[in-house]
Amino acid sequence: MEEKVAKTPKLADPIESSIDLATQEMIKRAQELGVETVFDRAVAMKPCNIGIQGICCKNCAMGPCRLPLPKDGVKGEDTRKGLCGATPNTIAARNFARMVAGGASAHSDHGRCVAEVFLAVARKESHDYQIKDPVKLLAVAPHLGVATKVEVDGQKVDRNLDEIALEVAEKALNEWGKSEGELLYLKRAPQPLYEKWKKYGVLPRNIDREVVEIMHRTHMGVDQDYKNIVKQCTRASLADGWGGSMLATDLQDILFGTPSPLQSEANLGVMKQDHVNIIVHGHEPVLSEMIVAATQSKEMVDYAKTKGAKGIQLAGICCTANEILQRHGIPTAATFLQQELAIITGACDAMVVDIQCIFQNLANVAKCFHTKLITTHPIARMEQNNVIHIEFNEHHAMEDAKRIVKMAIDNFQNRKAEVMIPRHKATQIAGFGVESIEYHLGGTFRGSYYTLNDNIINGRIRGIAGVVGCNNARTKHNEQHITIIKELIKNDVIVLTTGCSAIAAAMHGLLTPETAQVYCGPGLAEVCETVGIPPILHLGSCVDNSRILLAATEVVKAGGLGKDICDLPAAGSAPEWMSEKAISIGHYFVTSGVYTVFGYHLPLDGAPVLQDYLYKDMQKMYGGMWDCEEDPVKHAHKMIAHIDRKRKELGIDKARERVLMDMADRQKLEMM
Amino acid sequence: MSKLVAFAAIQGGYKVVSQVEGEYQKALETFPASTKVGFPNTAYYLPVIYSLLGMKVETLEDIKKPLEFSRKLLPPHIKRVNHLPYLGPLLDAGMAALFCYEIKEALRYLYQPDFYLHSEEPDLDAGKIWLGAADDVVLRKRGVEFVDGSAPGFAAIVGAAPTAEIAKMIVEDYQKKNLYIFCAANHNNTSVIQQLISQKVQVGWNTRIVPFGPDISSAIFALGFANRAAMAFGGLQPGDYKKILLYNKNRIFAFVNALGDVGTEWGVAAAGCVNWGFPTLADTDIPEVLPTGICTYEHVVANVAHNDICQRSVEVRGLKIKVSQIAIPCAFGPAFEGERVRGEDLYCQMGGGKTQCTELVKKAEMNEIEDGKVVVVGPDISEIKEKGSSPLGIFVQIAGREFQTDFEPILERQIHHLVNYIQGVMHIGQRDISWIRVGKAAKEKGFTLKDIGVVLHAKFHQDFQKIVDKVQVTLYTKKEDVDKLTQRARGEYKLRDERVEKMKDEDVETYYSCTLCQSFAPSHVCSVSPERTGLCGAYNWMDCKASFEINPTGPNQPIEKGECLNPKLGQWKGVNDFVFKASRGKVTHYNFYSMVHDPMTTCGCCECIAAMLPNCNGVMTVNRDYAGETPSGMKFTTLAGVMGGGASSPGFVGHSKFNITQGKFIVGDGGLLRMVWMPKILKEEIKDRLNKRAAELGCPDLIDRIADETVGTTEEQIMAFLKEKDHPALKMDPIIG
Repeated sequence: MEEKVAKTPKLADPIESSIDLATQEMIKRAQELGVETVFDRAVAMKPCNIGIQGICCKNCAMGPCRLPLPKDGVKGEDTRKGLCGATPNTIAARNFARMVAGGASAHSDHGRCVAEVFLAVARKESHDYQIKDPVKLLAVAPHLGVATKVEVDGQKVDRNLDEIALEVAEKALNEWGKSEGELLYLKRAPQPLYEKWKKYGVLPRNIDREVVEIMHRTHMGVDQDYKNIVKQCTRASLADGWGGSMLATDLQDILFGTPSPLQSEANLGVMKQDHVNIIVHGHEPVLSEMIVAATQSKEMVDYAKTKGAKGIQLAGICCTANEILQRHGIPTAATFLQQELAIITGACDAMVVDIQCIFQNLANVAKCFHTKLITTHPIARMEQNNVIHIEFNEHHAMEDAKRIVKMAIDNFQNRKAEVMIPRHKATQIAGFGVESIEYHLGGTFRGSYYTLNDNIINGRIRGIAGVVGCNNARTKHNEQHITIIKELIKNDVIVLTTGCSAIAAAMHGLLTPETAQVYCGPGLAEVCETVGIPPILHLGSCVDNSRILLAATEVVKAGGLGKDICDLPAAGSAPEWMSEKAISIGHYFVTSGVYTVFGYHLPLDGAPVLQDYLYKDMQKMYGGMWDCEEDPVKHAHKMIAHIDRKRKELGIDKARERVLMDMADRQKLEMM
Repeated sequence: MSKLVAFAAIQGGYKVVSQVEGEYQKALETFPASTKVGFPNTAYYLPVIYSLLGMKVETLEDIKKPLEFSRKLLPPHIKRVNHLPYLGPLLDAGMAALFCYEIKEALRYLYQPDFYLHSEEPDLDAGKIWLGAADDVVLRKRGVEFVDGSAPGFAAIVGAAPTAEIAKMIVEDYQKKNLYIFCAANHNNTSVIQQLISQKVQVGWNTRIVPFGPDISSAIFALGFANRAAMAFGGLQPGDYKKILLYNKNRIFAFVNALGDVGTEWGVAAAGCVNWGFPTLADTDIPEVLPTGICTYEHVVANVAHNDICQRSVEVRGLKIKVSQIAIPCAFGPAFEGERVRGEDLYCQMGGGKTQCTELVKKAEMNEIEDGKVVVVGPDISEIKEKGSSPLGIFVQIAGREFQTDFEPILERQIHHLVNYIQGVMHIGQRDISWIRVGKAAKEKGFTLKDIGVVLHAKFHQDFQKIVDKVQVTLYTKKEDVDKLTQRARGEYKLRDERVEKMKDEDVETYYSCTLCQSFAPSHVCSVSPERTGLCGAYNWMDCKASFEINPTGPNQPIEKGECLNPKLGQWKGVNDFVFKASRGKVTHYNFYSMVHDPMTTCGCCECIAAMLPNCNGVMTVNRDYAGETPSGMKFTTLAGVMGGGASSPGFVGHSKFNITQGKFIVGDGGLLRMVWMPKILKEEIKDRLNKRAAELGCPDLIDRIADETVGTTEEQIMAFLKEKDHPALKMDPIIG
């Protein structure tokens, strides 16, 4: 009898897996070393054919009920139903809603964690953090109904900063669970948008409640009208975008500083062979802020030198990378899909992770190398026994950070011979935000979004696109992001980017001012040249999509482009999305008035009526709607077509005339 | 390539700030820190720093703060590749340099108090060609022209043209477009001003060509002028930089012409000007910045040909200027109004004591005259010898379906400035005391007396087309014709004067609004009644009535005065309703006849400001030409700062000089007899009318009982005088109460 020969596992083709050279080299390297990666697994395992249509219901034990579309589509009446009678619309809507709940809770729990640290700081219970940006504190306070002036003897004077901080902390934390009223930040939206939300009854009451309500409504036998379910999706996603995420961004800025433009680098090539390499991966900046400080301390650098390293190289993956890049210029090592590859370099002495988007397979990969994989968050642990858990606590933050860094340094000498760091990296200009964009559009004295609007009105800039989101192993790594972004800027559409999309753009060298002359249409190139900006502006992490909402609001306020976000010549895109957070983000963009196109695929095919509702009917309510387009060039042109429609509606689709003013015209001017 | 501009300008910023820091250090070593610094006669300190930063620089010590601010404003240098955004930093560097230029000029005033001539015109004989900062008197006087649109903006020219002829061509083109031309800096050891002087062009505020100074730092005076206009007329608060700069962008149509090589120090100044929305057009090949946003259109335009630069500049700034084309051999426009014909330039003259010169406008029947007919009865200029003189009678007949006899004096008054608008011709006086001087240059160009008729015909049609259908002009130069006309005219003048003087507020149901200056003071509304002429002195009730007939949707609208709410203070319901609407809700009501209770608002361009002197139980008034202290404790300019910009300020009121002797002048507070102090020059100017009005009030020697600066400039000082003269105000009811 012949011995059963083990089937050789299917391996990914590096060239077909990514457009990034570093990634291709590292996939090859992993395969040589016999280390399996997400790219290989994507080849070996196909996605579930029924789940992908969105109509598999496993919300009760009578199921799972699967209602795939008939091969040749629905003919006549759609009679598909689950055991309880749930229609495909109900099932797909429930699944969609639970993704919104998952995504919104991820962002919002992140926000809550920051708010708790903020409260500790305001109460002076944490000595390692302090308020770094009092100006932003004063700017945020009024939106939470916190007074910044007080009356003393009939005179208005500045209120004590500590007092303001404490009240801001309390008011902010209250947003997660207050029993009455509505979210305070909703009023930051343009007035007509707020009125729409009010009219359709979707003003979120508090952040947590809307998620709980989704879980309740999607329980077996509760809400069985897809429109009503989508309505709750709206409420929960707005509680994310205009609630949890926005609070996370604001409080992080106050605590850690509001970003301003800076130069850095991106891709695996930022790791250094002769340095201790520490990678921080995940989403919250609370821990990584301390790690940044620890790695830059003389004590730790000196310690590293005693271990034979030339220094400490800190780099980030995913949104942790974006957070510390935006505020400190720490280089970005990798996108979501490259996380295993960072360890496979053999030069990663410690990978420190917190929450979200962390592959469990990191533990398996780390096992093959000397890398210490350290989990730090009580809600995010791993079962594998080589994973070290150091629970991070804001009350002894610096102590924890130093312990982690020291562990990495001690590990430097354990490196095995086979270190291979790909040489590829690119320069990036990052650090944009609502405030810094305003400054750079006119300086201290004339900074205003009007400069942007003016160039949109005169047609140099065709419109604004937000390109955001993840990587997805079901699409060629980075290809969609880069193709869409290049197509947009070629057509004079300026791009705001966050998350792994921003990292992709950085890796491919697009986040530099020089990009403008190479890839942009002539109008956008000229504006970029005038302001000195790249045509793609890095706005931060995925909670920082709230910055895009506020930037859009500022554009509306600056005038000349309508009265609401849905009037703007703007569109959104998540080309390689994969996480539930992307669905929540997509939905709050749609219901804030943005036409939002997803790449790859949306789990709605099995429920064409629901799909139509999201792709078409939403527009009648909020001015924005969903769409999905896998082909990146078509994807970009759908966005451009929408932008052109909006330009036409605004009457700015023709060349602007030069208006020469005489005295009578000037007399008609209103006072500003 | 904006990057090159940013790179160079930011370098320039460092250079300028460092230089001025050095100069300041030296000054501190030379003078005590408490030494006073500043520009002459202004209530706005160093106006750019004061207006944008809200910092009052009064002493050497005070310079420290804005200087430190400038240093902090300097951004990092721009890297060659992978640079950070630079537009904001570039504009900040520009601002830093401009603040420093202003400090530099303040230090120059400290070191060389006589470097600049504090005057409206240079003294060429003394070699004093640079005038330096415009003081507040000039600001308000000239500001009115910006406000009412007679000056649509200003061209700030730095450097020098390749030749003096080109300089002259460019500047004259701007003059024809009615712009002010503010000049500073030099190039190739000369400057536009020196080039103009060599071409015998008259420079100075009167011809709208202002020689600010020989260095690029002197250009700051142009911005100081603009920002003071924003505060004085726009009512904007110092330190409210965003609004002040946007006010400039939207309302002050200014731009920069850089003639010559643009070095880093010019570059950084140009960048600074972009903050104001003032673009730069250069005659050299510098990098352009074309996208819009901070300025209304392009920011920097290069390589502009000299014969194109005026038109291009005006277009880039987004300005529409109608130039009246009039078929005479000389240039024509308001910029030439202030030009003099001096003795050595004189060809001939009419009037001025040597001969009679009389002007009369009369209504005619439609079939009586022929439109466009201009006849000279008697010898024209060609027959007058050089330095000779001739009598002149200008008789204008106007026919029109809408024309009324009441409009005759209004059109007649236009003759003064219209004749003055002719380059090389000067007009002084009015009615039967006119005086016209014709320069040699005008004669050489072919000017004849007939051209006066051509101008009047053309302009009357242009400016008064609603009421004017036909215009015929006859110019008499024979003595007997002129004498005959003069005799007839004097009869007409008498009839007119009586008609106007007899007119009372009670006689009419309609007052007129004047919102001419809303382009600058958006919430200000003047109301003009027969006994309260406009506070700028330029518009009386009859003028407004005519203006309304001419342009029914224009700035002068009829106000049905409606129910009288307070006859003593002069308040009417109809007026209140109108003012509320026209001020966009900012002003709910005001009184015509009181300065104590809710007085009328002022835009800031009033001729005089009256202020209450409670200890003297009276009031004072001061005209804007008087630069000294007053018993109110404030100079005119400070007073205007307190109450300008469209606010009603109890205790103060703006008014015209003429209004002082009108029947309703602060009659609600006791009238003219309350007047206890006036500057001597004002007393002199209105002496005849003052005496007449005082006699009517039963106090014929009032003028001698009114104190002036020779008596004192504090309430205490004048009180003794008032007692000694038994001033009637002392016996009146308490002014407040």
